[in-house]
Amino acid sequence: MKRDKANYRNVNENPCNMCMPMGGILPFKGVEQSMVILHGSQGCATYMRRHIAEHFNEPIDVASSALNEKGTVYGGEKNRKQGLDNLIKLYSPGIIGILTTCLAETIGEDIGRITSDYRNEHELHRLPIITVPTPGYGGSHTEGYWLAAKQIVSGLARQTPRHSKINIIVPHISPADIREIKRILDRMDIDFTLFPDFSDTLDRPFSKTYKKIPNGGTRIADIAAMPGAAATVQIGITIDDDLSPGRFLEREFGVPLYNVPIPTGLENMDLFMNVLTEITGSCMPLSLEQERGRLLDCMIDSHKYNFEGRSVIFGEPELVYAVAKTCMENGIFPVVAATGSKNAKLAELLTAEIDKYERQVVLLMDSDFDQIRQNSTSAGANIAIGHSDGRYLTEREGIPLVRLGFPIHDRVGGQRVLSVGYLGTTMLLDRVTNTLLENKYKNYRSSMYEQFYHNGHENNISGKILLSGTEG
Amino acid sequence: MEMDAGLWALEERKDSITVKGKHKKQLKCDTDSVAGCVSQRACVYCGARVVLNPITDAVHLVHGPIGCASYTWDIRGSLSSGSELYRNSFSTDLQEEDVIFGGEKKLARAINDLVEKCNPKLVFVYSTCIVGVIGDDLEAVCKAAAKKHDIEVIPVQSSGFIGNKAAGYRAACDALTRLIAPQKSVKMFRNRSINYLGDFNLAGEAWIIKNYIKQMGIDINVTFTGDSNYEALKKAPQASLNIIQCAGSMSYLAQKMQEQYEIPYIRVSFLGIEDTSESLRRIAEAFNDKEITRRTEKLIKNEIEKVRPTIEGYREKLSGSKAAVYVGGGFKAISLIKQFREIGIEVVMIGTQTGRQDEYDTINTLVDDGTVVLDDANPTELERFMVQKGANLLVGGVKERPLAYKLGVAFVDHNHDRKHPLSGFTGAVNFAREVYSTVCSPVWKFVQQGRQSL
Repeated sequence: MKRDKANYRNVNENPCNMCMPMGGILPFKGVEQSMVILHGSQGCATYMRRHIAEHFNEPIDVASSALNEKGTVYGGEKNRKQGLDNLIKLYSPGIIGILTTCLAETIGEDIGRITSDYRNEHELHRLPIITVPTPGYGGSHTEGYWLAAKQIVSGLARQTPRHSKINIIVPHISPADIREIKRILDRMDIDFTLFPDFSDTLDRPFSKTYKKIPNGGTRIADIAAMPGAAATVQIGITIDDDLSPGRFLEREFGVPLYNVPIPTGLENMDLFMNVLTEITGSCMPLSLEQERGRLLDCMIDSHKYNFEGRSVIFGEPELVYAVAKTCMENGIFPVVAATGSKNAKLAELLTAEIDKYERQVVLLMDSDFDQIRQNSTSAGANIAIGHSDGRYLTEREGIPLVRLGFPIHDRVGGQRVLSVGYLGTTMLLDRVTNTLLENKYKNYRSSMYEQFYHNGHENNISGKILLSGTEG
Repeated sequence: MEMDAGLWALEERKDSITVKGKHKKQLKCDTDSVAGCVSQRACVYCGARVVLNPITDAVHLVHGPIGCASYTWDIRGSLSSGSELYRNSFSTDLQEEDVIFGGEKKLARAINDLVEKCNPKLVFVYSTCIVGVIGDDLEAVCKAAAKKHDIEVIPVQSSGFIGNKAAGYRAACDALTRLIAPQKSVKMFRNRSINYLGDFNLAGEAWIIKNYIKQMGIDINVTFTGDSNYEALKKAPQASLNIIQCAGSMSYLAQKMQEQYEIPYIRVSFLGIEDTSESLRRIAEAFNDKEITRRTEKLIKNEIEKVRPTIEGYREKLSGSKAAVYVGGGFKAISLIKQFREIGIEVVMIGTQTGRQDEYDTINTLVDDGTVVLDDANPTELERFMVQKGANLLVGGVKERPLAYKLGVAFVDHNHDRKHPLSGFTGAVNFAREVYSTVCSPVWKFVQQGRQSL
């Protein structure tokens, strides 16, 4: 296994990650009646709204304190207060998230103090206001997501008598994925609090009346009661402890924590089920057994086609891990696994997996698409799995892309992509296999002609050439 | 319909909303956005990047944290006939330690690396919010890099907090002014050609207009900035006339070029049959040449004959619909009012992100009584007026699209992401077709049924 350690570079060429406050907006969208204000210049909010709206095809309202030159020089308190006033007037939210940006952090805004002053002045003791320091240079959108999730939990959690619910904390997955996880839990008769639940808020059904703040989201009372849960199952094995809401609940309230990977892939989903059955004592219902059986059937049907796959996987650390494992168990060996985030845990976990196979995998942390492209070509990748920015690999290198993750902005349905559970894995695997098949059918007549008819007498015609795509 | 824009809106927003025929006051515009009101505007950097990014053979380097480069990577539909370098997004990806110790050295190294790798003649370095705060001397770093590599390295002063998107247009125009300034030793000869300002060659729109102008017997010297490159921009001072389409972004540059090179300018717009024809005629008039006038009239006649039947067909289907318009700049809004009339649609609400006073005055003379006119609107206002005025259609950008759809209203994408041209006679047909495709879609029938049963 090869790992690029000397990864320092002066230029990021075509980014593979977004910034911290963007990630921080998402968990707030998974809390009932919430609204977010970004403390910074107007553009940050607008760019992020645009990015999120294009993926989910939902209106994304995020306010900004719209800092101008004066606010930057003399402090942004006035803008922040006016911003909160107007936000409350326009949206009457049940909870407000305040995220900072590069600008607010660099000019040294004390948002904690400004917020408590504001609450006191306005006697807003019942309106939760959660502040999250998210300077753009402080990490990628992934760290922003987890920090915001943790701040929401730590801000709302209250000492609660033990109850029988379990906490399910989810990473940045699709609304369809969240709905699938809830369906599985329901099938198992498990009483749970899932956070952050943006399955309805970021994928709302068309309805008669439009609401500025959509229905849905985890209830604030349920989040407050998370400390009383029997256990926390947190889908997040790559999270740093300091950013982990599950770890917070364990440390502060003694809620046992089970960190599991995204349940994509047979083994990952089995692990998820094992943890659930272990905690709750309930067993896997027949319907899920059958879904598992169908996934296995799908894996057998596709295994020979998959064997020709050499994948490049990129995106958020959690996703990269789950997809890499899914690829490996299906013989689609990942040749490049990359993330734009700095994540030591992902490297560690993937290394352990990859070492079992004695294959070469290029692992890129803190990466960009220029690097991913170069490594994909030299490693002979023939399928890319990740978000829409991977179209760059398709356009420049002809590597077909299976769209998964965030953002999906050049196709519709990013919010509806399902890839968790036995069912979701089956759907994802079919997409991957069919992409490999499509490419094979598109090219095999001409490539056979080129290899054996046109140049056949010059080449050494051997099985080696035929199978060259499968060498590790 | 009885309504009062002032009763429910935020106090700070009241002066930016008027109703034609009801309010006598002048609309407040070109101001900072109000905190907390959820403005649809982007920032100074966005404005600058939109204007400069279509320059195809330049390195566009964002000096700042990663987000600014991430959200602007190859998202626009500007096409190139040559280099594809502009489709990359380069960033110095500033980290915490750079913010503390300064980013100048990293920037200098970034430029070195990019020059070695891409061998450009031109590098734009965009300043972002924190660069303006940590005090990196962009000017000095760029100057040193230019000297070292013997190329042009131009700083773009686009820190997000120094104003609104329009300030970004000015920052871009300042960068362009520097770029086109001839060296003293070079003599410029005036030729009979025109510069076309304010077309970003979205889906090949600048190519369409260039073909018209060529058929009239005039050459386009260079387009600012769609499908332009270093060499072509350097020759900008040679033209004898500037025509400006996107006035919001380019008027400032046109004025500068008038002062510095005595190139006169006229306003044009190639959106819709009426404005396209009138603009071509105005260009011909400026040359005062019988042959050009003859060719122009012939071109207009031929093109209108070609497209009119199709557009008439759509007009029959669309007549009586009501449109709401919320776009970036004033010129587009003005043209859209006329263009909607061409297909039988009345505009009931209209606003822009960065329109200017003179543009709003024009809008006010064009719209019917009762039309809501608003500057720097937010989703609350857009929703409110679309519903209140019974709009069947919204024209806007990516952020506005899902709002329209959730309200069960048709939508036309009139933004920089578009993949089909909306300019010229060809574009007028595309526009009518797009309006038809959304207003007359079968989907709304089910939405109506759903409404009744819900």
